[in-house]
Amino acid sequence: MGTAATAAALTRDPVRQAAALAMLGLTLALLFTVVQAPDVALSQLGVGTAVTPLLILLTVRKVRRGGTDGQPPPGHSEPGDRQRE
Amino acid sequence: MWLFAAAAVVIAVAFTAACTGLPDFGTDVHPYGDRAVAAAIRQHTANTVSSVNFDLRAFDTLGEESVLFGAVLGATLLLRLARDEHRDRPEPERVLPATRLFGATLLPVTLLTGGYLVAHGQLSPGGGFQGGVVLATGLHLAYVAADYLVLRQVRPLAVLDATDAVAAGAFTALGLAGLLVSTAFLANFLPLGTFNQLSSGGLVPVVNAAVGIEVASGVIVLLAQFLDQAVEISDAPSARTVFDPQEDE
Repeated sequence: MGTAATAAALTRDPVRQAAALAMLGLTLALLFTVVQAPDVALSQLGVGTAVTPLLILLTVRKVRRGGTDGQPPPGHSEPGDRQRE
Repeated sequence: MWLFAAAAVVIAVAFTAACTGLPDFGTDVHPYGDRAVAAAIRQHTANTVSSVNFDLRAFDTLGEESVLFGAVLGATLLLRLARDEHRDRPEPERVLPATRLFGATLLPVTLLTGGYLVAHGQLSPGGGFQGGVVLATGLHLAYVAADYLVLRQVRPLAVLDATDAVAAGAFTALGLAGLLVSTAFLANFLPLGTFNQLSSGGLVPVVNAAVGIEVASGVIVLLAQFLDQAVEISDAPSARTVFDPQEDE
């Protein structure tokens, strides 16, 4: 869990950060299960692992698309972004 | 600034003093836990956490639900279609057969799991909030398995907007009913039923269901605003970017 948290804090690319955050959410959910808090673990699994990284990814997508919208070759930098996502 | 510093010092001192009086972590003495379990058994609610959330401290949960409702409302307001933006019509997309099979298989399973979590909130771990989130995210497997057009068909946004508001209001209405029928706001006035049965716990399953519906529709509406921004809405009229349905997994 400490590794996942450190990774999430040290990652600079928002897309990788979202993935690291999902991993952190997963390990945190496991930790909650181990200390006998299944209710909290379920919340953590739903919100921390699924919804928050999804919102981050959607926001990143919107921001990147907004940045490339007005430029002459709109498709130029898009495929690279898409592969990484 | 000075006001904040003074208040922070007072709170820090009081908080430290309060923390020294707490029982140690990991010991066998649980004063609050013992009382909560006793109260939950008295109220015929098998899941003590649900009993605390929806009965003993239901007022707290009402506040939390209002926070979520307010957040969804704010996101909807901020991410609405602005005057210089326009809405592109999303096009049907090709999906890998394996992804389609994966999504089509898991969609009913996930929705069933979410429904189970909401329905059994008063009996087993889970409840309205967790089940609602599972229902909401599970529905988006339709986007993974098919495309945005299909997701829009299985997601009646106008209905869900209204459902979100009605369910959030239902919580308060149930509380007011407690005030009228019984002694206090959010009092558990319904018959308590048999312990460990689906209908046990009095008001708990009702409030739980209201929370489940509110959270599910709220999260779907919230994700819908973000998806609209990411998929449909763009600034420049000329730019038309295609999207890949699998990348938002």
